[in-house]
Amino acid sequence: MIWATLYNIVFYASCGVTVLATILMISRHNAVHALLYLIISSLSLAIIFYLLGAAFAAALEVIVYAGAVMILFVFVVMMLNQGQRSAAHEAAWLPARGWILPSLLAAILLSLLLIGMYSDQPLQPYGVHGVAVKDVGIALFGPYVLVVELASFLLLSGLIGAFHIARKMPSHMSSNKLEEVDHG
Amino acid sequence: MDSQYIDHAMVLAGILFCLGLVGVMVRRNLLFMMISIEVMLNAAGLAFIAAGSAWGQPEGQIMFLAVITLGAAEVAVGLGLTLLLFRHHNSVNVDQLNQLRG
Repeated sequence: MIWATLYNIVFYASCGVTVLATILMISRHNAVHALLYLIISSLSLAIIFYLLGAAFAAALEVIVYAGAVMILFVFVVMMLNQGQRSAAHEAAWLPARGWILPSLLAAILLSLLLIGMYSDQPLQPYGVHGVAVKDVGIALFGPYVLVVELASFLLLSGLIGAFHIARKMPSHMSSNKLEEVDHG
Repeated sequence: MDSQYIDHAMVLAGILFCLGLVGVMVRRNLLFMMISIEVMLNAAGLAFIAAGSAWGQPEGQIMFLAVITLGAAEVAVGLGLTLLLFRHHNSVNVDQLNQLRG
């Protein structure tokens, strides 16, 4: 019986919400609506991570994807909608049909969370304890410390690259002149 | 606890990756293509987490950390390129990037 235990209900409902939110996301026309569905998809994926015994990864998924990456996307959407088109978009940005379905999916996730918190059956991750955060930390700063170094390299180069690419160049200045201005 | 959850998580990772791939191939808006790439990275992370959970080893979560770092750096540079494309062409349609066409 597949719906026998609480674990099954939460796991498969989260899977369903993830797939549904992703399908709805790639079929939207409005970028903000797609971002709402991407947030729902990340949150339900975090629940699946927790149920698979990776609580640390679940927290990271919420913080990095539903938090930081989403803020980046929202900022770029805001910058792309500048100008005269923005006034027309402002009115039609979030009609009721735009946010009701994401809210419904988020409510399903919230109900799963409440069921897990307040039920008599404890909602244990896979393999009771899963992989503890302590083990991940010890492995990360022990044999896999190179991954930390590579991640810092990658983030630094991403930071410099994004700063250089997205910098606003004055159109009358060539890049050589701009360098002179920067240095002198 | 049997391993059907690991199998089904792998199936979910495959479905999510395919959905992201469809999004990249179907959409012509650079912003939507980047969102679809995020979904594909998420699917790869889910596969790593599921595999690490199946073996009870922390390597899966460490690789997930690497994937999430890659995703953050990719989003930063990609959104910068999106802004640049919008400034030059006043649009984020990738079909306009055909100046190299012979």
